[in-house]
Amino acid sequence: MKIEISRGKVHNEFSQKVEEISGQNLFACYQCGNCTAGCPVSFAMDLGPHQVIRYSLLGLEKEVLECNTFWMCASCLQCTSRCPKGLDIARIMEAIRLVILRKKERLDHLEVAELSEEFLERVPQIALISGFRKFTS
Amino acid sequence: MGKVGVVMCPCELEGMTLFDPEVLVEGLKGRKDVLPLIHHQPVCSESGVEAIRAFMEGNGLDRVVMACSKPELFGPTFKKALRQWGLNPSLSGVLGIRPTAERKGSDDLQEALHVIEEGIDEIKRRKPAKGEKTPFVKRAMVIGGGITGITASIDLGNGGYEVLLVDRLPSIGGRMLQLSETFPTLDCAQCTLTPKTVETGQHPHIRLITYAEIESVSGEVGNFLVKIRRKAAYVDWEKCTGCGLCQEKCPSKVPSEFERGIGPGKAIYTLSPQAVPNKPVINPEVCRYFTEGKCRVCEKVCLTDAIDYAQEDTFIEERVGAIIVATGFDLYRKEDIGEYGYGDVPDVIDGLAFERLNSASGPTAGEIRRPSDGHIPKEVVFIQCVASRDPERYMPYCSRACCMYTAKHARLYKHKVHDGHAYIFYMDIRSMGKGYEEFIQQGMEEGILYLRGRVSRLFRDNGHVVVWGADTLTGKKVEIAADMVVLATAMIPSRGAKELAEKLHIGTDEYGFLTEAQCKLYPVESGVEGIYLAGCAQGPKDIADTVAQGNAAASKVQALFAQH
Repeated sequence: MKIEISRGKVHNEFSQKVEEISGQNLFACYQCGNCTAGCPVSFAMDLGPHQVIRYSLLGLEKEVLECNTFWMCASCLQCTSRCPKGLDIARIMEAIRLVILRKKERLDHLEVAELSEEFLERVPQIALISGFRKFTS
Repeated sequence: MGKVGVVMCPCELEGMTLFDPEVLVEGLKGRKDVLPLIHHQPVCSESGVEAIRAFMEGNGLDRVVMACSKPELFGPTFKKALRQWGLNPSLSGVLGIRPTAERKGSDDLQEALHVIEEGIDEIKRRKPAKGEKTPFVKRAMVIGGGITGITASIDLGNGGYEVLLVDRLPSIGGRMLQLSETFPTLDCAQCTLTPKTVETGQHPHIRLITYAEIESVSGEVGNFLVKIRRKAAYVDWEKCTGCGLCQEKCPSKVPSEFERGIGPGKAIYTLSPQAVPNKPVINPEVCRYFTEGKCRVCEKVCLTDAIDYAQEDTFIEERVGAIIVATGFDLYRKEDIGEYGYGDVPDVIDGLAFERLNSASGPTAGEIRRPSDGHIPKEVVFIQCVASRDPERYMPYCSRACCMYTAKHARLYKHKVHDGHAYIFYMDIRSMGKGYEEFIQQGMEEGILYLRGRVSRLFRDNGHVVVWGADTLTGKKVEIAADMVVLATAMIPSRGAKELAEKLHIGTDEYGFLTEAQCKLYPVESGVEGIYLAGCAQGPKDIADTVAQGNAAASKVQALFAQH
């Protein structure tokens, strides 16, 4: 529950990486919640997109990376089109995905060669593409 | 002596119907010396005013008592009307009667009757002024030489009226002189204010009476008699050239009230190098000569023999036609706030102290250095709503300027300490002035971290001030080990405002702010004709609003003077 806030923690390396990849200023967020309100999949998210932004700003890397929000995000850009501060929230979600993907120590890595032919026939193409992106990069 | 007219207003909106005028008249039946008028529409209506005129004229009445629920609203209009009809308004009384409890009871009715009967007796006792009417004095007094009083004085002076500007400090400028920069433009406060103070000091129509307090006030609009106590400065201001040598050589170093205790002052002092008037005073409570009987350094160094330890308070009497009260504000004392350490935690300062810290003319020449050890603080926590918006323990109201000045503080801090972090605890951000919201947003985007929540406790630990707060946006408890904490404490009426209001017979609210006749339509009028209010004496506000009120009060006075 308690977070200790300090110069080292707030807007830390993780926050700055998210900002750098997305090109967005996390400090600019109003925390108005418009993104979460309009998101078609926020019902299934652990944290609303606005919370993810807040947590990222405060440097709460673990909490952010463990939530499912950015994986649920379909990049429909509803949030981006409505943000009163002009933040591209979909880009922020993408940036967090990339932060994870760029970590090489991931355990859920997919070996494409190990996928069965039967599975490959069943699975929709788009899921395959997403899956490759998520699990192979 | 003829009868006294009694007019009962049947206003249905303001609770007067709680006392049926007919019942009140019934209660006065025993008195042969009154003639009642019941008008079935509110007397402030056009037909009501006409009915009173016909009633007065038809019965040859010259004395009248009006009973209504809001005397402060209708009173001035009523008296003006009497004057127009050729009657003497000093032979009329406007009484406020309203139920004391939630609903009328027989006690309330008796009380109302009592008020009316006393009013009748009082009006009967009044004697019309003999012979010529006393002339209407077309000069004004402004009490309080802050930015509000200065603004009003310059307006009135430019209008051609003589102004007496009274301030209890040795020089004018008030709180604004303590500020470093002002929002939302970040203009240097002194650079914007000093031209105004100089203009005031040199204005041919403005007379400064500084280091003075109002002793008593009598009379009425057009002819107030004000007795002023000019405090002993122990310096002959006629002889003094303002060279500053005495201040330089004075050996006593004492915490200065102007510097909010974070910088030293001298026993003989002016408030700033640009003080208007630039004449020093001696504080006998800390002066070595007054406390220990020896020293007299200032006397020795003074080139013009201006030091006069034997000086005593003097009294001045002035006649003025109108008074503007602009006595400003104080900050709630941090020493009275337990959860923030009763002022005992080092490096916890209030907003005005931060202004001095950041001011080029302040004790650190504008460098942000914390008071305890002079280090540059790298993590500064700003707390808004300290003692404001806390109806249970402190003040229930919003102090209006803190959201903006805290954002300003944090931004100025980051401008000066590039690797520093600024955190602001807030409950809501109220930035409704022109350009204000943009100012706040720019601050946020520059990297000020706003944390939505109150701080419940502060304590010192290993050279840090540990702050226990919350961020309700994440729902988490927050702990910050800060280097310095700045409290945006509540604005409260300035010391002595209530006593002054009593001398002027004007009202104050439960906190001591002066009450206006009506908050929307009569914002700068007091309940007394000829006395006006402006600035933070009336309630917390920022400089832009306070200046607007100063302008408004001055224009009210000019309109009043123009009628005579």
